[in-house]
This record gives sequence, structure tokens and C-alpha cells, in this order.
Amino acid sequence: MASYIGRRLFYMVLLLIMLSFVAFAVIQLPPGDWIDNFIYYMERFGVTLDESAIEALNKRWGFKEPFHIQYWKWITNIIVRGDFGESATHNRPVAELIGERIMLSIVISLSTMVVTYIIAIPIGIYSATHPYSVGDYTGVVFGFMGLATPNFLLALILMFLFQRYFGWSPGGLFSPEYLVAPWSFAKVIDLMKHLPVPLFVIGTAGTAGMIRVLRTTLMDELGRQYVVTARAKGVREGRLLFKYPIRLAINPMVSGLAGLLAGVVSGEALVSIVLSLPTVGPLLLTALLEQDLQIAASLILFLGSLGLFGTLISDLLLVVVDPRIRFEKQM
Amino acid sequence: MSTETRAPMHAPTQSAAASRAEEQREQYYVASHWVLMRRKFTRHKLAVVSAVILAVLYFTAVFAGFFSPYDKIRSRTELAFLPPTRVHVFHDGRLQMPFVYGLAQERDPATFLLVFSEDRETRYPIRLFVRGEPYKLWGLIESRIRLFGVDEPGVVYLFGADDLGRDVLTRVIHGAQISLSIGLVGIALSFVLGALLGGASGLLGGGVDMIIQRIVEFIEAMPGLPLWMALAAAIPLEWPPVTKYFLMSVILSILGWTGLARTVRGKILQLREEDFVTAAKVAGTNNLRVITGHMLPNFVGYLIVHVTLAIPGMIIGETGLSFLGLGLTSPTVSWGVQLQQASNVSVIALNPWLLIPGLFVFVTVLCYNAVGDGLRDAADPYK
Repeated sequence: MASYIGRRLFYMVLLLIMLSFVAFAVIQLPPGDWIDNFIYYMERFGVTLDESAIEALNKRWGFKEPFHIQYWKWITNIIVRGDFGESATHNRPVAELIGERIMLSIVISLSTMVVTYIIAIPIGIYSATHPYSVGDYTGVVFGFMGLATPNFLLALILMFLFQRYFGWSPGGLFSPEYLVAPWSFAKVIDLMKHLPVPLFVIGTAGTAGMIRVLRTTLMDELGRQYVVTARAKGVREGRLLFKYPIRLAINPMVSGLAGLLAGVVSGEALVSIVLSLPTVGPLLLTALLEQDLQIAASLILFLGSLGLFGTLISDLLLVVVDPRIRFEKQM
Repeated sequence: MSTETRAPMHAPTQSAAASRAEEQREQYYVASHWVLMRRKFTRHKLAVVSAVILAVLYFTAVFAGFFSPYDKIRSRTELAFLPPTRVHVFHDGRLQMPFVYGLAQERDPATFLLVFSEDRETRYPIRLFVRGEPYKLWGLIESRIRLFGVDEPGVVYLFGADDLGRDVLTRVIHGAQISLSIGLVGIALSFVLGALLGGASGLLGGGVDMIIQRIVEFIEAMPGLPLWMALAAAIPLEWPPVTKYFLMSVILSILGWTGLARTVRGKILQLREEDFVTAAKVAGTNNLRVITGHMLPNFVGYLIVHVTLAIPGMIIGETGLSFLGLGLTSPTVSWGVQLQQASNVSVIALNPWLLIPGLFVFVTVLCYNAVGDGLRDAADPYK
């Protein structure tokens, strides 16, 4: 078990390094130099950089150096000093810009995950234990539709319906009076009121997928002979269900956690843009449209780490729920 | 008498039924893998219906010029945000051939906005195979014949008009060419990647397997959209539409091949241990022949299922990126590009028909999922 965890942690570090390469490649992708862009934006703001300032920037980021040295400077600045660079368009440190928004992104993503599991597990179990019943069919149809609706479209449709029938649009996460207010209990309550719509929109596809996975695996398990045997011996139905088949059927849900989290983070980014939530989604979009690649790269680093973190969590959770991994050594 | 006659009458029918069942069983035993798969698939009604809908959508897209009543680019600003035209069959309480009324415009006394209304005096019957605006089928064949239309100055915009007064229906049909095909091109690319890398992973094992598995794990843990966004944003705006289209499908396939690779690898690992593979090897069959002749037919069904279920993801990907303005852009027409206009609440609230391209995305994805479901059942026809 210890070797399993150790191996997983090692992979995690490996994958994080791969991620940093990818994020750095994003900075390098578009034609033209980052420094030219930076100077261009500064001039648009009416700031003319003199030779020495440009020289200093060059020295700090190593723009005239070969690729690997640039990467090295970039990554060490991040790891050692937490310095993600300056945003050309906002003229502020990237860390500050992301810091304002990343917490809300994480809150939304994680609460979507929790809601997804809370909704998907009971429905999945019901569907599998009552197959081909009215409830099951309703679940299946909703599942199909949930998978087929791109979540940004769902957000658009909800906005349209709210606007037409309630006269307000469900955009944003705070009421105007709390927008700039410091954090307080009342502000948290206000946030709670605004959360359901985004959670619903982001969570639909994941929930639908989860229900389908749970339904198929659990139905497979319920047909097994050990279930028939247990039933023949008179084990009560509820106990029978929770003792073995569900524990087995939960496995793919746990190992699917990484994929789900990645999907939720993706969905969160897109839905936030449509619903104009103050999270990292809109920041990423404007950064990409304006070629402010320091922000874009840092965000990909953040969001990617979130996804990799999900892999690690699901690996560790598997140790808890799957005895086959726990007893790997003894076997 | 009745009992006497009934008994012998009954016996032959019974034996006929029995022999028919026998015959069916016989057919089942001698039927090839493919015949069994097709039979199983056709029993999945939802999948069959979905396959037919997809076929209709693709067919319409191929002959877009003919099926669309207007030109896809030419703007008619005087018709901006025209609501969907109503087709009538009753005039003065009498049944007529389908027709539309002429257009009238007036200013709303309260809001001072121009609103369209029907001019009940003029009628334009809807004609089939009319001569409309010229178009080029597949960029080659010049024609003016369109499936339906009305005489000028009548207007038949079944799905309404967009901000430049272009027919939404026409643009949905032309957009289908891009939106429906980009998934196919993307999946073809990721199929090659997935089959090669998954195959290498499963057959070679060891270090190669370890590296490929880490890459797969890495890509699957990535939030796809932000990465897609970054890659799509790197496509220079001024590049020609065809190049952009191709690059978009490359971007979609970069993240799309992993599931396929895992399926291929899993199946190869499983089949490697099967008796018939060992038998083939013992009989001296060479490796290539073992793979193509004995292993491939056993998992090609699963590959097809996987491909079918992966296409909708790509279609949604293209729509999402174009919707954000990062993928394809005007003048290219795709469903995502069309939805770009619907990104503002106030615009949607006034002109909800701009969401119609989204409905087509929904239907397409739904159909692909249903077909995939049916194929999954069919892939294992012996159950």
C-alpha cells in the first residue's frame, strides 16, 4: 500500500512537470514575442518604456535566451518566489489577478462535484434496482438529454427563460450591493442564493454520465451469483445491496473522479463566461483574446493542477474503497 | 366433429412453428458476426431512428445549396431580426396550398422599435423547385434551383433572420457542413493516434506502455476546454478558413485520442491471453497476421462504438470554441459561429429563434449518443 501511494505521488510530480511544459508552450505558441506585445500594450496605456526598462525585463525573463533557459527562469520564478509575471493588459501582477478569482472557481467546482455525487448516487441506485420502471426511464431520458446539451447552451436557455418569465437574469454570483463589499456572513448567504443556477448548469452533464456509469455497473453486479446466493440465504434486501454490490459499483465512480473534476473545471470556465461569474473563466477568455499569455499560461497551470489533484485524490480514495489495492502487498 | 378436425389442424401449425424456430436457430448459428451485429442493432429502435435522423442531417448538409432557400452570406439589413415566417394554409377560412403573407413594418408606439407584421392583402404561395439566388454545389456545379421558396418580394424565413437579415435556416443548413464534418475529421485523426499509441502500449508493454499510459493519464486529467481555448487562440486570425478548419480538428483530436487508446490497449491485453490467439501463434502465424486476422475482428466493434460516442464531444467542442470567438469565425458558417450572436441575454430575450442552431447541436449529439448505445449492444451480439 505504501509503495502504491509512493508511486502515485511520484507520478503526480511527473505529471506536474509535464503540465508546466504545456503551460509554458502556451506562452510561446503565437507568433511574435511576448515582450513586443508587452511594449505594445504599455504604449497603448501611454507608457513608453525606455531602453533600460526593456533591458531589465529581458534580463528578468530571459527573452533573448534559448528556449530551455527561458523555461527555467519562468518556472523557478513561480516556484521560488511565487512570481507569475506581470499582466500586460491589466498592468498588474498575474498572481494578484488570479488570486482574486481562483477561490470562487474552486468553490464552484468542488460544490458542483459534491452536488453531482449527492444527486447521481441515489438516482443511479434506484435506476439499477428498479430497471425499466417509470422512474428508471425518466432517469435515462434525462440522462441522455443532460449529456446532449452543451452546458453553455443550457446556461443561455436558462438565462432566456429567467429573463422572460421572472424578469431577471441569473448571471453573476453576488447582488450588486455585495459586489465590492468585504466578506461577511451576509455576503456568504448572498453567494448561496446565486450558486444554484451555475451549479445546476455545470453539474448536469457530469451527473448524467455518473448515473449511467453507476446504473450499468450496479446492474451487472446485481445479476451475479453471489447476490442470488445471499438472497437465497435470506439476507435482507437493503443490507444485501449495501454490503457488496454497491461497494463494487462505487469503484468506477471513484476512479472517474479525476475525469469528472476535469470536466467540471472545463464546464465552470465556459459557463462562467456565459453567466459572467467573477471566476477564472472570463479572465482566461479575455487573456487569450488579447494575447495576454502570462495570465493564460498561469491559469492553465492552475486549472491543470486542479485536474491532476483530482487524479491523486481518486487514487488515494481507491485505497480506501478498494481492498484489492490495500492488500496488494500481502497477496 | 369439431374436436376431431381441430386436433389435426393444430398439429401441423405447431410443428411449423417449431421448424421455423429451428430454422431461426439454424440461421443464428450460421450467421456471420456482422449479420448478428446488424440484427441486434436494428432491434434497438431508438438507435435506428437516430441513425435515420443523422442520415437526413448529413444528406441535407451535402446538398446545402439546394435545400437552403437563400444565400448564406448576402445580408439584407432591412430584414434584421425578422421573426420566423408563419406558413398558412387557411385564407378567409378556406383551405389553400401553403402560403405566406407579405411583410409590413410599423413602429411600436410605446418603444419606437420597428416591428414586423403580416400584410394580409398580399399572399405568396410556397413553390417547390423554384429558381432562387444562384449557388455553386460543392463549389463546382452552378445552379439556381432551390427546394422551396416564394416569389420576390415575398420572404420565407422559416427560422427567422439574424442581425444582418440573413435566413437562419439557410445558415443552419450551411453550418451543418462544418459542424457535422469537423467531428468526423477530428475523430479520424484521433483514431489514427489512438489506435497506434494504444496498440503500441498493449503490444510492446514495459517502458513504452508506462510512458504512453502516463501521457494518457495526463491528458485525461486536463480540463479540456481551457487547453482547447489556448490552442485555438493561437490560430492566427488572418489564416484562410480551410486551414483554420483543419487546425481546429487537429486541436480537437489532440485531446480526443486517449479514450480510444485505452480501449485498444485493454482489448489487446485481454485478447493476448485468449486460447485462439495462443493457438494461432503455436500454429506459426506471424505477428502481423495474428493482430489483423485474429485480434482486430474481435475488437473492431468496440472501436466503432468508441468512435461514435467520441464524435459528439468534438461537435460540442467546436460549437463551444466558436461560440467564444476562439475557433472558427465569420464568414465561415458553423452552428457555433451562429450561436455567437446569441451570447447576450437581451438579444436572446427579444429574438429567441437565434438559439435554433443550438437545438440542432442538441439533436445531433443526442442521436450520436443513441446510435452509440445501439452499437454498444450490437458490438457484443452473443449476449
